[in-house]
Amino acid sequence: MSKQQQHWEKTRGLLFITLAIWFVFSIGIFFFGAEMEASSFRPLGYPLSYYMTCQGSLGIFVILIFWFAGRQEKIDEEFGFTEREDD
Amino acid sequence: MFKGKFIDNLPKIYGTYTGGFLVFIILMAIAEQAGMSAKLIGIFFVAFTVLIYALIGWLSRTLQVDAYYVAGRQVPTVFNGMATAADWMSGASFVAMAGGIYFKGYGYMALLVGWTGGYVLVASLLAPYLRKFGCYTVPDFIGTRYGGNAARLSAVLVLTVASFTYVTAQINATGTIASVALDIPFNIAVYVGLLSILMCSLLGGMRAVTWTQVAQYIVLIIAYLLPVFWISNKMGAGVFPHFMLADEVARIAELESQFGLGTVKNSAADLATVPKGLAGITKAHSEVNTTPWKFISLAVCMMAGTASLPHVMMRYFTTPSVKSARRSVGWSLFFIFLLYSSAPMLATLSKLSLMDPNLATGIIGKSIADVQALDWYQNWNQANLMFVSDFNGNGTLELNEFFMGGKAVVLATPEIAGLPYVISGLVAAGGMAAAMSTADGLVLAIANALSHDLYYKIIDPKAETAKRLIVARVLLVIIGFAGATIAALEIQGILGSVIWAFDFAMSGLFFPLVLGVWWKRANAQGAVAGMLLGLASGTAYLIWVRNGGAGFWGVTQLTFGIVGSLVSLVSMIVVSLITKAPDAATQRMVDEVRIPSGKTVLGKQH
Repeated sequence: MSKQQQHWEKTRGLLFITLAIWFVFSIGIFFFGAEMEASSFRPLGYPLSYYMTCQGSLGIFVILIFWFAGRQEKIDEEFGFTEREDD
Repeated sequence: MFKGKFIDNLPKIYGTYTGGFLVFIILMAIAEQAGMSAKLIGIFFVAFTVLIYALIGWLSRTLQVDAYYVAGRQVPTVFNGMATAADWMSGASFVAMAGGIYFKGYGYMALLVGWTGGYVLVASLLAPYLRKFGCYTVPDFIGTRYGGNAARLSAVLVLTVASFTYVTAQINATGTIASVALDIPFNIAVYVGLLSILMCSLLGGMRAVTWTQVAQYIVLIIAYLLPVFWISNKMGAGVFPHFMLADEVARIAELESQFGLGTVKNSAADLATVPKGLAGITKAHSEVNTTPWKFISLAVCMMAGTASLPHVMMRYFTTPSVKSARRSVGWSLFFIFLLYSSAPMLATLSKLSLMDPNLATGIIGKSIADVQALDWYQNWNQANLMFVSDFNGNGTLELNEFFMGGKAVVLATPEIAGLPYVISGLVAAGGMAAAMSTADGLVLAIANALSHDLYYKIIDPKAETAKRLIVARVLLVIIGFAGATIAALEIQGILGSVIWAFDFAMSGLFFPLVLGVWWKRANAQGAVAGMLLGLASGTAYLIWVRNGGAGFWGVTQLTFGIVGSLVSLVSMIVVSLITKAPDAATQRMVDEVRIPSGKTVLGKQH
């Protein structure tokens, strides 16, 4: 397998992980709105359903993107596909 | 003071600008104490900020193609994040979102999740790859990746439909704010708004829009956060509202049941006396009040729409590298998060300050005559944004007898909570900044697609630079005026049009864009089928449901993008597979897009 194929394989793997986390916090948990509301886990005292819609999921997306960017940069580096600084 | 290159001095320049703006706010506060009228303060805030944007627009004028289309590809990561956040957060986010949460509670917050979650798709599926491609516009990518004018034209069509729907809403919003702040009729104010939008983009294209958007972000985020923190502290609700309002949320639920929310219903005859556009509180504040599918389908549409709206995507064409495009998406979402996570807090504070009888500002349970005598009630009643009526004739204001417009939550809460008028002026300037920055991005996206993809790439490929840029500017003015003319007709509300725009974009562009990078086998015929059939079926479904059609799968007129994009996906795959695979050159091009290093696929000037 060529270097480029390996690089793409890893990139795709990272995409699937990223999208899986994204799916859980943007879609998955909202199947359980009523259960979240009844949950005794109350971050900062807010009902869990309320918290996730106004801070929780949003914050997780921000962190997820930076984490994804860092991982992708590592993959690019590993196969020597990083851009030159003066590019 | 600012030696060296403009780009190296950005933190200093915008730091000075922010400091200057804060000084301006303080000066206005002093002027208010000295007796300056509220009207004059409002005019000063809006006029001063708009003049600054116009000045930045003039300073950024350019005669270069790549500066005009992609700001010379040298916008640093964090600043591009700020510009994108301003580009993204429209009048709807700024003025209407807190109101939507106030009235609809949990069900509405699907928009919050959708409008942020979409950025994960932008970062992982599209932005870095489109940046590597080196295109000027979104149709530029579609046209080159798939080849042929049919694909390019279809992309221009979808882009125009989606962005135009969106831009009329934004020009409407600038008009609304300009008419209130400057005290002029709405149908004139719309053109005042348009003029300020054009001043920012006409001379410098993307370069000017970028630097005004950064300036607009700074104004709008100060204007949104300052009142939230101030009100929260004044009420004693918490120094840092985002982490400390749990008691207030619980208190609202308690008051809701005490005031009989949901048990006391208004008769149709009573409701008929309420002015159009105003609503009472009928949904619980924090309770889960919608079915999972309704919530999820709306969120999905907003997420896929985010990833297909060209005015957002083109912001990531302006970064210096693929790596910075990726990181820039994270910064964009961070800056958006600052405002979006504050909107529910503002809604909570606003509702509690009106409802709680223990607070001086609470009006529910007070005598109707007292409420009608309040200064702020009279002001906002006159502006047609507030209304009370004693339906049951007991002389006391009940929860079901109080009505408010959605915009009032952001615009009126500072006044209700007893903040000085200078804050209301600041909020007006913030709303103006939010609506203008989005309108700028949208008008430019449409005009660039028409001038670059339709005129230069299809009609006259030999056109010289000077002529191309003149065509681009003429189109900008024409589209602006068309948008303003339609906005003046006020066909659809601000929020409704915005949601439609996402559905249109998702129907026609989501899969053709994503598969262009992630599926090598996708070809021109498939892409054209995907774009046209997706757009057509989405539009047909919308028209059907609007005219009383029953719909299916619980898909409403707000989520028709689900139907459109599914048709788009299926037709794109089927048509691609029954026609010839893309040639070797195209396949190599896709390989090239998938790695960050090396030259862009399209040249620096094209």
